[in-house]
Amino acid sequence: MFRTKPKSTFYKSHPLSLLIKILVWAAIFITAFVLLFIIAYIFVKGIRHFSLDFFSLHYNSENVSVLPSIITTIYMIFISLLASLPFGIGCAIYLTEYAKETRFVKYIRVTTETLSGIPSIVYGLFGMLFFVTYLKWGFSILAGSFTLSIMILPLIIRSAEEAIIAVPDTFREASFGLGAGKLRTIFKIVLPSAMPGIFAGIILAIGRIVGESAALIYTAGTVAKIPVSGMDSARTLSVHMYALSSEGLNTDKAYATAVVLVALVILINLLATTITKKVGNKQYE
Amino acid sequence: MKKQKILERLMSIVFFITATISIVSVILILLFIVINSIPALKEIGIVQFITGKTWAPANIPASFGLLPMILGSLYVTAGAVLIGVPLGLFTAVFMARFCPEKLYKVLKPLIDLLAGIPSIVYGFFGLVFIVPLIRNTLGGTGDSILAASILLGIMILPTIIGLSEAAIRAVPQSYYEGALSLGATHERAVFTILLPAAKSGIFASVILGIGRAIGETMAVVMVAGNQARIPTGILNGVRTMTSNIVIEMGYAADLHRGALIASGLVLFVFILILNIAFSLMNKKKGA
Repeated sequence: MFRTKPKSTFYKSHPLSLLIKILVWAAIFITAFVLLFIIAYIFVKGIRHFSLDFFSLHYNSENVSVLPSIITTIYMIFISLLASLPFGIGCAIYLTEYAKETRFVKYIRVTTETLSGIPSIVYGLFGMLFFVTYLKWGFSILAGSFTLSIMILPLIIRSAEEAIIAVPDTFREASFGLGAGKLRTIFKIVLPSAMPGIFAGIILAIGRIVGESAALIYTAGTVAKIPVSGMDSARTLSVHMYALSSEGLNTDKAYATAVVLVALVILINLLATTITKKVGNKQYE
Repeated sequence: MKKQKILERLMSIVFFITATISIVSVILILLFIVINSIPALKEIGIVQFITGKTWAPANIPASFGLLPMILGSLYVTAGAVLIGVPLGLFTAVFMARFCPEKLYKVLKPLIDLLAGIPSIVYGFFGLVFIVPLIRNTLGGTGDSILAASILLGIMILPTIIGLSEAAIRAVPQSYYEGALSLGATHERAVFTILLPAAKSGIFASVILGIGRAIGETMAVVMVAGNQARIPTGILNGVRTMTSNIVIEMGYAADLHRGALIASGLVLFVFILILNIAFSLMNKKKGA
Protein backbone atom coordinates (compact mmCIF):
# COMPACT_ATOMS: atom_id res chain seq x y z
CA MET A 1 0.00 0.00 0.00
CA PHE A 2 1.15 3.47 -0.81
CA ARG A 3 -0.91 4.97 1.90
CA THR A 4 0.67 4.50 5.25
CA LYS A 5 -1.28 5.17 8.37
CA PRO A 6 -0.97 8.89 9.19
CA LYS A 7 0.96 9.61 12.35
CA SER A 8 -0.65 11.68 15.01
CA THR A 9 1.39 14.70 13.95
CA PHE A 10 0.40 14.20 10.32
CA TYR A 11 -2.69 16.39 10.37
CA LYS A 12 -0.83 19.16 12.23
CA SER A 13 0.93 20.02 9.01
CA HIS A 14 -2.28 19.55 7.02
CA PRO A 15 -4.96 21.39 8.96
CA LEU A 16 -7.28 21.72 5.96
CA SER A 17 -7.23 17.98 5.40
CA LEU A 18 -8.08 17.44 9.03
CA LEU A 19 -11.01 19.85 8.74
CA ILE A 20 -12.31 18.04 5.68
CA LYS A 21 -11.95 14.69 7.36
CA ILE A 22 -13.99 15.96 10.29
CA LEU A 23 -16.65 17.36 7.96
CA VAL A 24 -16.98 14.10 6.06
CA TRP A 25 -17.36 12.07 9.25
CA ALA A 26 -19.81 14.65 10.60
CA ALA A 27 -21.90 14.31 7.44
CA ILE A 28 -22.33 10.55 7.71
CA PHE A 29 -22.97 10.90 11.41
CA ILE A 30 -25.75 13.44 10.82
CA THR A 31 -27.31 11.40 8.01
CA ALA A 32 -27.36 8.19 10.01
CA PHE A 33 -28.54 10.00 13.12
CA VAL A 34 -31.45 11.68 11.31
CA LEU A 35 -32.68 8.38 9.91
CA LEU A 36 -32.36 6.47 13.17
CA PHE A 37 -33.94 9.34 15.06
CA ILE A 38 -36.99 9.46 12.78
CA ILE A 39 -37.53 5.71 13.07
CA ALA A 40 -36.94 5.64 16.82
CA TYR A 41 -39.21 8.65 17.38
CA ILE A 42 -42.07 7.05 15.45
CA PHE A 43 -41.64 3.69 17.16
CA VAL A 44 -41.30 4.99 20.71
CA LYS A 45 -44.26 7.34 20.37
CA GLY A 46 -46.40 4.97 18.36
CA ILE A 47 -45.99 1.58 19.93
CA ARG A 48 -47.98 2.39 23.06
CA HIS A 49 -51.01 3.37 20.98
CA PHE A 50 -51.35 -0.18 19.75
CA SER A 51 -54.34 -2.10 20.96
CA LEU A 52 -56.50 -4.93 19.77
CA ASP A 53 -59.35 -2.76 18.55
CA PHE A 54 -56.82 -0.89 16.40
CA PHE A 55 -57.08 -3.94 14.18
CA SER A 56 -60.82 -4.52 14.49
CA LEU A 57 -62.93 -5.26 11.44
CA HIS A 58 -65.16 -2.24 11.70
CA TYR A 59 -64.29 1.34 11.28
CA ASN A 60 -66.18 4.07 13.06
CA SER A 61 -65.48 7.42 14.56
CA GLU A 62 -64.82 5.98 18.03
CA ASN A 63 -62.66 3.17 16.85
CA VAL A 64 -60.30 4.16 14.08
CA SER A 65 -59.37 0.68 12.92
CA VAL A 66 -56.42 0.23 10.65
CA LEU A 67 -57.52 -3.15 9.30
CA PRO A 68 -59.67 -1.96 6.36
CA SER A 69 -56.79 0.09 5.03
CA ILE A 70 -54.41 -2.86 5.36
CA ILE A 71 -56.80 -4.97 3.31
CA THR A 72 -57.15 -2.19 0.75
CA THR A 73 -53.37 -1.90 0.52
CA ILE A 74 -53.10 -5.61 -0.24
CA TYR A 75 -55.78 -5.37 -2.96
CA MET A 76 -53.99 -2.38 -4.39
CA ILE A 77 -50.64 -4.21 -4.50
CA PHE A 78 -52.15 -7.21 -6.28
CA ILE A 79 -54.10 -5.31 -8.90
CA SER A 80 -51.27 -2.87 -9.64
CA LEU A 81 -48.76 -5.67 -10.10
CA LEU A 82 -51.21 -7.68 -12.17
CA ALA A 83 -51.64 -4.75 -14.51
CA SER A 84 -48.02 -3.66 -14.57
CA LEU A 85 -45.98 -6.88 -14.67
CA PRO A 86 -47.01 -8.25 -18.11
CA PHE A 87 -46.24 -4.93 -19.75
CA GLY A 88 -43.10 -4.22 -17.74
CA ILE A 89 -41.54 -7.64 -18.22
CA GLY A 90 -42.74 -7.84 -21.83
CA CYS A 91 -41.09 -4.51 -22.50
CA ALA A 92 -37.86 -5.70 -20.85
CA ILE A 93 -37.90 -8.89 -22.96
CA TYR A 94 -38.40 -6.83 -26.09
CA LEU A 95 -35.54 -4.49 -25.17
CA THR A 96 -33.10 -7.29 -24.38
CA GLU A 97 -34.04 -10.14 -26.69
CA TYR A 98 -35.61 -8.59 -29.76
CA ALA A 99 -34.74 -4.93 -30.23
CA LYS A 100 -31.76 -3.43 -31.94
CA GLU A 101 -30.62 0.07 -31.03
CA THR A 102 -33.19 1.87 -33.10
CA ARG A 103 -34.94 5.19 -32.66
CA PHE A 104 -37.93 3.30 -31.26
CA VAL A 105 -35.78 1.90 -28.45
CA LYS A 106 -34.51 5.38 -27.74
CA TYR A 107 -38.10 6.62 -27.41
CA ILE A 108 -38.85 3.78 -25.01
CA ARG A 109 -35.90 4.74 -22.85
CA VAL A 110 -36.67 8.46 -22.84
CA THR A 111 -40.33 7.92 -21.95
CA THR A 112 -39.49 5.39 -19.25
CA GLU A 113 -37.08 7.91 -17.77
CA THR A 114 -39.80 10.56 -17.97
CA LEU A 115 -42.28 8.28 -16.20
CA SER A 116 -39.91 7.84 -13.28
CA GLY A 117 -39.57 11.61 -12.93
CA ILE A 118 -43.26 12.55 -12.98
CA PRO A 119 -44.42 13.67 -9.50
CA SER A 120 -47.01 11.44 -7.90
CA ILE A 121 -49.55 14.24 -7.70
CA VAL A 122 -49.43 14.56 -11.50
CA TYR A 123 -50.13 10.82 -11.71
CA GLY A 124 -53.01 11.46 -9.37
CA LEU A 125 -54.38 14.19 -11.65
CA PHE A 126 -54.03 11.94 -14.68
CA GLY A 127 -55.71 9.03 -12.91
CA MET A 128 -58.56 11.30 -11.91
CA LEU A 129 -59.00 12.67 -15.43
CA PHE A 130 -58.57 9.36 -17.27
CA PHE A 131 -59.69 6.43 -15.12
CA VAL A 132 -62.11 8.17 -12.78
CA THR A 133 -63.75 10.66 -15.15
CA TYR A 134 -63.10 9.64 -18.75
CA LEU A 135 -63.52 5.88 -18.28
CA LYS A 136 -66.21 6.59 -15.65
CA TRP A 137 -64.77 4.20 -13.08
CA GLY A 138 -65.40 6.68 -10.30
CA PHE A 139 -63.24 6.78 -7.17
CA SER A 140 -62.30 3.13 -6.96
CA ILE A 141 -59.56 0.69 -6.09
CA LEU A 142 -59.34 -0.14 -9.77
CA ALA A 143 -58.68 3.48 -10.77
CA GLY A 144 -56.11 3.81 -8.00
CA SER A 145 -54.34 0.56 -8.89
CA PHE A 146 -54.14 1.36 -12.57
CA THR A 147 -52.69 4.78 -11.77
CA LEU A 148 -50.08 3.11 -9.57
CA SER A 149 -49.38 0.45 -12.18
CA ILE A 150 -48.14 3.16 -14.57
CA MET A 151 -46.13 4.70 -11.78
CA ILE A 152 -44.21 1.51 -11.00
CA LEU A 153 -43.59 0.65 -14.68
CA PRO A 154 -40.10 2.23 -14.86
CA LEU A 155 -39.03 0.30 -11.79
CA ILE A 156 -40.29 -3.03 -13.17
CA ILE A 157 -38.85 -2.44 -16.64
CA ARG A 158 -35.43 -1.44 -15.31
CA SER A 159 -35.04 -4.29 -12.84
CA ALA A 160 -36.33 -6.89 -15.31
CA GLU A 161 -34.04 -5.57 -18.03
CA GLU A 162 -30.99 -5.66 -15.77
CA ALA A 163 -31.84 -9.17 -14.60
CA ILE A 164 -32.32 -10.47 -18.14
CA ILE A 165 -29.10 -8.86 -19.38
CA ALA A 166 -27.24 -10.56 -16.54
CA VAL A 167 -28.22 -13.99 -17.87
CA PRO A 168 -25.13 -15.17 -19.80
CA ASP A 169 -25.42 -15.71 -23.54
CA THR A 170 -24.05 -19.24 -23.14
CA PHE A 171 -27.41 -20.19 -21.59
CA ARG A 172 -29.24 -19.02 -24.69
CA GLU A 173 -26.72 -20.64 -27.02
CA ALA A 174 -27.00 -23.96 -25.24
CA SER A 175 -30.77 -23.79 -25.49
CA PHE A 176 -30.68 -22.95 -29.20
CA GLY A 177 -28.11 -25.69 -29.67
CA LEU A 178 -30.50 -28.23 -28.21
CA GLY A 179 -33.08 -27.17 -30.75
CA ALA A 180 -35.30 -24.91 -28.69
CA GLY A 181 -36.86 -21.92 -30.42
CA LYS A 182 -36.52 -18.34 -29.32
CA LEU A 183 -39.80 -18.30 -27.44
CA ARG A 184 -39.02 -21.49 -25.57
CA THR A 185 -35.56 -20.20 -24.70
CA ILE A 186 -37.06 -17.02 -23.27
CA PHE A 187 -39.70 -18.73 -21.16
CA LYS A 188 -37.81 -21.86 -20.10
CA ILE A 189 -34.24 -20.55 -19.78
CA VAL A 190 -33.92 -16.77 -19.66
CA LEU A 191 -36.88 -15.80 -17.48
CA PRO A 192 -36.34 -18.47 -14.80
CA SER A 193 -32.68 -17.45 -14.50
CA ALA A 194 -33.64 -13.79 -14.28
CA MET A 195 -36.40 -14.44 -11.73
CA PRO A 196 -34.59 -13.36 -8.54
CA GLY A 197 -33.65 -10.00 -10.07
CA ILE A 198 -37.17 -9.45 -11.34
CA PHE A 199 -38.49 -10.39 -7.92
CA ALA A 200 -36.28 -7.81 -6.22
CA GLY A 201 -37.77 -5.21 -8.53
CA ILE A 202 -41.28 -6.35 -7.67
CA ILE A 203 -40.55 -5.95 -3.98
CA LEU A 204 -39.29 -2.42 -4.48
CA ALA A 205 -42.46 -1.71 -6.47
CA ILE A 206 -44.53 -3.01 -3.56
CA GLY A 207 -42.64 -0.57 -1.34
CA ARG A 208 -43.65 2.27 -3.61
CA ILE A 209 -47.28 1.18 -3.67
CA VAL A 210 -47.40 0.94 0.12
CA GLY A 211 -45.87 4.38 0.53
CA GLU A 212 -47.90 6.22 -2.09
CA SER A 213 -50.58 8.67 -1.06
CA ALA A 214 -50.71 11.72 -3.33
CA ALA A 215 -51.61 9.67 -6.41
CA LEU A 216 -54.41 7.86 -4.61
CA ILE A 217 -56.44 10.56 -2.89
CA TYR A 218 -58.22 11.60 -6.10
CA THR A 219 -58.27 8.20 -7.78
CA ALA A 220 -59.13 5.65 -5.10
CA GLY A 221 -60.69 8.15 -2.73
CA THR A 222 -60.63 8.01 1.05
CA VAL A 223 -63.48 5.76 2.17
CA ALA A 224 -62.42 3.89 5.31
CA LYS A 225 -64.44 0.69 4.91
CA ILE A 226 -63.33 -2.77 3.90
CA PRO A 227 -63.82 -2.79 0.13
CA VAL A 228 -66.15 -5.39 -1.34
CA SER A 229 -65.30 -5.03 -5.01
CA GLY A 230 -62.67 -3.34 -7.15
CA MET A 231 -65.10 -0.58 -7.98
CA ASP A 232 -65.36 0.51 -4.34
CA SER A 233 -63.58 3.57 -3.11
CA ALA A 234 -61.12 2.77 -0.32
CA ARG A 235 -58.03 4.14 1.40
CA THR A 236 -54.64 2.47 1.66
CA LEU A 237 -52.49 2.67 4.80
CA SER A 238 -50.68 5.79 3.62
CA VAL A 239 -53.89 7.59 2.68
CA HIS A 240 -55.40 6.46 5.98
CA MET A 241 -52.49 8.03 7.77
CA TYR A 242 -52.86 11.27 5.84
CA ALA A 243 -56.55 11.41 6.68
CA LEU A 244 -55.86 10.77 10.37
CA SER A 245 -53.13 13.35 10.72
CA SER A 246 -54.90 16.04 8.72
CA GLU A 247 -58.11 15.58 10.69
CA GLY A 248 -56.01 16.08 13.82
CA LEU A 249 -58.48 14.17 16.03
CA ASN A 250 -56.67 10.88 16.19
CA THR A 251 -53.01 11.76 16.40
CA ASP A 252 -52.28 8.73 18.56
CA LYS A 253 -53.77 6.44 15.91
CA ALA A 254 -51.72 8.26 13.30
CA TYR A 255 -48.62 7.41 15.32
CA ALA A 256 -49.64 3.77 15.46
CA THR A 257 -50.35 3.72 11.73
CA ALA A 258 -46.93 5.25 11.13
CA VAL A 259 -45.39 2.37 13.09
CA VAL A 260 -47.19 -0.15 10.88
CA LEU A 261 -46.04 1.67 7.74
CA VAL A 262 -42.41 2.02 8.81
CA ALA A 263 -42.26 -1.59 9.97
CA LEU A 264 -43.64 -2.70 6.58
CA VAL A 265 -41.12 -0.59 4.71
CA ILE A 266 -38.21 -1.93 6.78
CA LEU A 267 -39.41 -5.47 6.10
CA ILE A 268 -39.74 -4.81 2.38
CA ASN A 269 -36.27 -3.24 2.22
CA LEU A 270 -34.70 -6.14 4.11
CA LEU A 271 -36.33 -8.58 1.73
CA ALA A 272 -35.12 -6.66 -1.33
CA THR A 273 -31.56 -6.47 0.01
CA THR A 274 -31.47 -10.17 0.81
CA ILE A 275 -32.67 -11.12 -2.64
CA THR A 276 -30.27 -8.77 -4.38
CA LYS A 277 -27.41 -10.19 -2.33
CA LYS A 278 -28.40 -13.72 -3.28
CA VAL A 279 -28.45 -12.76 -6.93
CA GLY A 280 -25.04 -11.13 -6.60
CA ASN A 281 -23.58 -14.20 -4.92
CA LYS A 282 -24.91 -16.64 -7.45
CA GLN A 283 -22.19 -17.21 -9.99
CA TYR A 284 -23.12 -18.16 -13.51
CA GLU A 285 -20.45 -20.57 -14.59
CA MET B 1 -43.39 -26.85 -37.35
CA LYS B 2 -45.54 -24.30 -39.14
CA LYS B 3 -47.58 -23.69 -36.01
CA GLN B 4 -44.39 -23.06 -34.10
CA LYS B 5 -43.33 -20.35 -36.54
CA ILE B 6 -46.66 -18.58 -36.33
CA LEU B 7 -46.47 -18.61 -32.56
CA GLU B 8 -42.94 -17.17 -32.59
CA ARG B 9 -44.06 -14.42 -34.94
CA LEU B 10 -47.17 -13.71 -32.89
CA MET B 11 -45.27 -13.44 -29.62
CA SER B 12 -42.66 -11.12 -31.08
CA ILE B 13 -45.53 -8.83 -32.01
CA VAL B 14 -46.94 -9.15 -28.48
CA PHE B 15 -43.59 -8.19 -26.97
CA PHE B 16 -43.38 -5.26 -29.36
CA ILE B 17 -46.80 -4.06 -28.25
CA THR B 18 -45.92 -4.31 -24.55
CA ALA B 19 -42.76 -2.36 -25.29
CA THR B 20 -44.82 0.65 -26.38
CA ILE B 21 -46.41 0.94 -22.92
CA SER B 22 -44.12 3.71 -21.66
CA ILE B 23 -44.56 5.75 -24.80
CA VAL B 24 -48.33 5.29 -24.73
CA SER B 25 -48.49 6.21 -21.03
CA VAL B 26 -46.50 9.40 -21.39
CA ILE B 27 -48.56 10.48 -24.40
CA LEU B 28 -51.83 9.70 -22.58
CA ILE B 29 -50.75 11.59 -19.47
CA LEU B 30 -49.65 14.63 -21.45
CA LEU B 31 -52.75 14.51 -23.63
CA PHE B 32 -55.23 14.37 -20.78
CA ILE B 33 -53.57 17.04 -18.71
CA VAL B 34 -53.10 19.40 -21.66
CA ILE B 35 -56.63 18.97 -22.99
CA ASN B 36 -58.13 19.57 -19.56
CA SER B 37 -55.94 22.62 -18.98
CA ILE B 38 -56.62 24.42 -22.24
CA PRO B 39 -60.12 25.83 -21.48
CA ALA B 40 -58.94 27.28 -18.15
CA LEU B 41 -55.72 28.65 -19.62
CA LYS B 42 -57.72 30.28 -22.41
CA GLU B 43 -60.11 31.91 -20.01
CA ILE B 44 -57.48 33.11 -17.54
CA GLY B 45 -54.71 33.80 -20.03
CA ILE B 46 -51.37 32.01 -19.80
CA VAL B 47 -49.38 35.10 -18.81
CA GLN B 48 -51.93 36.16 -16.22
CA PHE B 49 -52.01 32.59 -14.88
CA ILE B 50 -48.26 32.32 -14.40
CA THR B 51 -47.50 35.88 -13.25
CA GLY B 52 -50.71 36.69 -11.35
CA LYS B 53 -50.02 37.34 -7.69
CA THR B 54 -53.43 36.50 -6.25
CA TRP B 55 -54.93 33.04 -5.96
CA ALA B 56 -58.48 33.54 -4.78
CA PRO B 57 -60.89 31.04 -6.30
CA ALA B 58 -63.69 32.10 -3.94
CA ASN B 59 -63.59 35.80 -4.87
CA ILE B 60 -66.09 37.34 -7.26
CA PRO B 61 -64.66 37.52 -9.83
CA ALA B 62 -62.28 34.71 -8.98
CA SER B 63 -58.59 35.30 -9.46
CA PHE B 64 -56.17 32.58 -10.49
CA GLY B 65 -52.57 33.74 -10.23
CA LEU B 66 -50.12 30.89 -9.77
CA LEU B 67 -47.05 33.02 -8.94
CA PRO B 68 -47.22 32.57 -5.14
CA MET B 69 -47.27 28.80 -5.58
CA ILE B 70 -44.51 28.79 -8.21
CA LEU B 71 -42.37 30.89 -5.87
CA GLY B 72 -43.37 28.66 -2.97
CA SER B 73 -42.20 25.56 -4.83
CA LEU B 74 -38.96 27.28 -5.82
CA TYR B 75 -38.25 28.53 -2.29
CA VAL B 76 -38.72 25.21 -0.53
CA THR B 77 -36.77 23.45 -3.27
CA ALA B 78 -33.91 25.92 -2.93
CA GLY B 79 -33.98 25.41 0.82
CA ALA B 80 -33.93 21.65 0.35
CA VAL B 81 -30.93 21.94 -1.97
CA LEU B 82 -29.09 24.18 0.51
CA ILE B 83 -29.55 21.61 3.24
CA GLY B 84 -29.55 18.35 1.32
CA VAL B 85 -26.77 18.85 -1.23
CA PRO B 86 -23.81 19.65 1.07
CA LEU B 87 -24.86 17.00 3.57
CA GLY B 88 -25.55 14.46 0.84
CA LEU B 89 -22.36 15.20 -1.04
CA PHE B 90 -20.14 14.84 2.03
CA THR B 91 -21.96 11.64 2.94
CA ALA B 92 -21.43 10.34 -0.60
CA VAL B 93 -17.71 11.13 -0.31
CA PHE B 94 -17.65 9.21 2.94
CA MET B 95 -19.43 6.23 1.42
CA ALA B 96 -17.17 6.13 -1.62
CA ARG B 97 -13.77 6.92 -0.12
CA PHE B 98 -13.72 7.02 3.67
CA CYS B 99 -15.97 4.20 4.81
CA PRO B 100 -14.47 1.05 6.33
CA GLU B 101 -15.89 -1.98 4.57
CA LYS B 102 -17.63 -3.40 7.59
CA LEU B 103 -19.36 -0.14 8.37
CA TYR B 104 -20.41 0.16 4.73
CA LYS B 105 -22.43 -3.03 4.97
CA VAL B 106 -24.48 -1.44 7.73
CA LEU B 107 -24.74 2.07 6.32
CA LYS B 108 -25.72 1.24 2.75
CA PRO B 109 -29.03 -0.47 3.67
CA LEU B 110 -29.73 2.37 6.10
CA ILE B 111 -29.45 4.94 3.33
CA ASP B 112 -31.62 2.78 1.09
CA LEU B 113 -34.16 2.72 3.88
CA LEU B 114 -34.12 6.53 3.94
CA ALA B 115 -35.40 6.36 0.35
CA GLY B 116 -38.06 3.81 1.24
CA ILE B 117 -39.80 5.67 4.05
CA PRO B 118 -43.16 6.94 2.71
CA SER B 119 -43.45 10.69 2.27
CA ILE B 120 -46.51 10.69 4.48
CA VAL B 121 -44.38 9.39 7.36
CA TYR B 122 -41.81 12.11 6.74
CA GLY B 123 -44.61 14.64 6.71
CA PHE B 124 -46.02 13.33 9.95
CA PHE B 125 -42.59 13.42 11.56
CA GLY B 126 -42.21 17.01 10.39
CA LEU B 127 -45.62 17.86 11.80
CA VAL B 128 -45.02 16.39 15.25
CA PHE B 129 -41.31 17.17 15.62
CA ILE B 130 -39.80 19.78 13.28
CA VAL B 131 -42.76 22.20 13.31
CA PRO B 132 -43.01 22.39 17.14
CA LEU B 133 -39.22 22.66 17.33
CA ILE B 134 -39.22 25.71 15.06
CA ARG B 135 -42.23 27.20 16.86
CA ASN B 136 -40.49 26.92 20.23
CA THR B 137 -37.05 28.10 19.20
CA LEU B 138 -37.56 30.62 16.41
CA GLY B 139 -41.15 31.68 17.02
CA GLY B 140 -44.00 31.96 14.55
CA THR B 141 -46.38 29.09 13.96
CA GLY B 142 -43.65 26.72 12.91
CA ASP B 143 -45.43 25.78 9.66
CA SER B 144 -42.94 27.44 7.40
CA ILE B 145 -40.58 27.44 4.45
CA LEU B 146 -37.87 26.45 6.90
CA ALA B 147 -39.74 23.36 8.12
CA ALA B 148 -40.50 22.26 4.56
CA SER B 149 -36.91 22.88 3.48
CA ILE B 150 -35.45 20.82 6.31
CA LEU B 151 -37.83 17.97 5.63
CA LEU B 152 -37.27 18.01 1.86
CA GLY B 153 -33.53 18.33 2.47
CA ILE B 154 -33.68 15.03 4.36
CA MET B 155 -35.91 13.43 1.73
CA ILE B 156 -33.58 14.17 -1.20
CA LEU B 157 -30.53 12.81 0.68
CA PRO B 158 -30.75 9.24 -0.68
CA THR B 159 -30.99 10.51 -4.26
CA ILE B 160 -27.95 12.78 -3.85
CA ILE B 161 -25.93 10.19 -1.94
CA GLY B 162 -26.67 7.25 -4.24
CA LEU B 163 -25.90 8.93 -7.54
CA SER B 164 -22.95 11.00 -6.29
CA GLU B 165 -21.38 7.96 -4.68
CA ALA B 166 -21.67 6.05 -7.95
CA ALA B 167 -20.14 9.00 -9.82
CA ILE B 168 -17.19 9.24 -7.41
CA ARG B 169 -16.61 5.49 -7.59
CA ALA B 170 -16.59 5.65 -11.37
CA VAL B 171 -13.49 7.88 -11.41
CA PRO B 172 -10.45 5.71 -12.29
CA GLN B 173 -8.30 4.72 -9.33
CA SER B 174 -5.20 5.96 -11.18
CA TYR B 175 -6.40 9.55 -10.70
CA TYR B 176 -6.34 9.05 -6.97
CA GLU B 177 -3.00 7.28 -6.96
CA GLY B 178 -1.48 9.98 -9.15
CA ALA B 179 -2.54 12.64 -6.67
CA LEU B 180 -1.12 10.69 -3.74
CA SER B 181 2.19 10.12 -5.45
CA LEU B 182 2.49 13.87 -5.95
CA GLY B 183 2.26 14.27 -2.20
CA ALA B 184 -1.44 15.07 -1.73
CA THR B 185 -3.16 13.87 1.42
CA HIS B 186 -6.05 11.43 1.09
CA GLU B 187 -8.54 14.25 1.71
CA ARG B 188 -6.90 16.55 -0.78
CA ALA B 189 -6.79 13.86 -3.45
CA VAL B 190 -10.48 13.14 -2.98
CA PHE B 191 -11.64 16.74 -2.96
CA THR B 192 -9.39 18.30 -5.59
CA ILE B 193 -9.05 15.39 -8.00
CA LEU B 194 -11.91 12.91 -7.64
CA LEU B 195 -14.77 15.37 -7.06
CA PRO B 196 -13.98 17.57 -10.09
CA ALA B 197 -13.67 14.41 -12.20
CA ALA B 198 -17.09 13.24 -10.98
CA LYS B 199 -18.64 16.67 -11.52
CA SER B 200 -21.26 15.83 -14.13
CA GLY B 201 -22.53 12.83 -12.20
CA ILE B 202 -22.82 14.93 -9.06
CA PHE B 203 -24.71 17.66 -10.92
CA ALA B 204 -27.02 15.00 -12.31
CA SER B 205 -27.75 13.82 -8.78
CA VAL B 206 -28.56 17.38 -7.73
CA ILE B 207 -30.93 17.79 -10.66
CA LEU B 208 -32.71 14.56 -9.76
CA GLY B 209 -32.90 15.74 -6.15
CA ILE B 210 -34.45 19.03 -7.28
CA GLY B 211 -37.00 17.06 -9.26
CA ARG B 212 -37.89 15.02 -6.21
CA ALA B 213 -38.20 18.12 -4.01
CA ILE B 214 -40.33 20.09 -6.44
CA GLY B 215 -42.69 17.16 -7.01
CA GLU B 216 -43.06 16.17 -3.37
CA THR B 217 -46.57 16.66 -2.15
CA MET B 218 -47.76 15.04 1.04
CA ALA B 219 -44.76 15.85 3.21
CA VAL B 220 -44.91 19.51 2.20
CA VAL B 221 -48.65 19.84 2.71
CA MET B 222 -48.26 18.81 6.32
CA VAL B 223 -45.52 21.24 7.36
CA ALA B 224 -45.53 24.26 5.04
CA GLY B 225 -48.57 26.14 6.40
CA ASN B 226 -50.15 26.40 2.92
CA GLN B 227 -50.98 30.12 2.82
CA ALA B 228 -51.50 31.06 -0.82
CA ARG B 229 -49.54 34.30 -0.78
CA ILE B 230 -46.03 35.35 -1.63
CA PRO B 231 -43.89 34.70 1.47
CA THR B 232 -41.57 37.35 2.87
CA GLY B 233 -39.34 35.30 5.18
CA ILE B 234 -38.30 31.74 5.85
CA LEU B 235 -40.57 31.53 8.89
CA ASN B 236 -43.59 32.41 6.72
CA GLY B 237 -45.99 29.73 5.67
CA VAL B 238 -45.97 28.88 2.01
CA ARG B 239 -48.02 26.88 -0.47
CA THR B 240 -46.38 24.92 -3.26
CA MET B 241 -47.91 23.98 -6.59
CA THR B 242 -48.25 20.38 -5.45
CA SER B 243 -49.96 21.20 -2.16
CA ASN B 244 -52.31 23.58 -3.94
CA ILE B 245 -53.60 20.72 -6.06
CA VAL B 246 -54.05 18.33 -3.13
CA ILE B 247 -55.77 20.88 -0.92
CA GLU B 248 -58.25 22.31 -3.41
CA MET B 249 -58.97 19.52 -5.89
CA GLY B 250 -61.45 17.95 -3.47
CA TYR B 251 -64.01 20.72 -3.85
CA ALA B 252 -62.94 22.51 -7.03
CA ALA B 253 -65.32 22.81 -9.97
CA ASP B 254 -65.37 24.34 -13.46
CA LEU B 255 -62.76 27.06 -13.96
CA HIS B 256 -61.19 26.42 -10.55
CA ARG B 257 -60.72 22.75 -11.41
CA GLY B 258 -59.27 23.64 -14.79
CA ALA B 259 -56.84 26.04 -13.15
CA LEU B 260 -55.65 23.32 -10.77
CA ILE B 261 -55.11 20.89 -13.65
CA ALA B 262 -53.24 23.65 -15.47
CA SER B 263 -50.98 24.04 -12.45
CA GLY B 264 -50.31 20.31 -12.77
CA LEU B 265 -49.26 21.06 -16.34
CA VAL B 266 -46.89 23.80 -15.14
CA LEU B 267 -45.42 21.28 -12.71
CA PHE B 268 -45.06 18.74 -15.51
CA VAL B 269 -43.21 21.28 -17.66
CA PHE B 270 -40.83 22.03 -14.77
CA ILE B 271 -40.09 18.30 -14.45
CA LEU B 272 -39.61 17.88 -18.21
CA ILE B 273 -37.06 20.71 -18.22
CA LEU B 274 -35.22 19.06 -15.32
CA ASN B 275 -35.34 15.70 -17.13
CA ILE B 276 -33.81 17.19 -20.25
CA ALA B 277 -31.09 18.82 -18.13
CA PHE B 278 -30.49 15.47 -16.46
CA SER B 279 -30.09 13.55 -19.71
CA LEU B 280 -27.76 16.27 -21.03
CA MET B 281 -25.63 15.82 -17.92
CA ASN B 282 -25.59 12.06 -18.43
CA LYS B 283 -24.59 12.44 -22.04
CA LYS B 284 -21.65 14.60 -21.01
CA LYS B 285 -20.62 11.95 -18.54
CA GLY B 286 -20.62 9.33 -21.27
CA ALA B 287 -18.50 11.42 -23.65
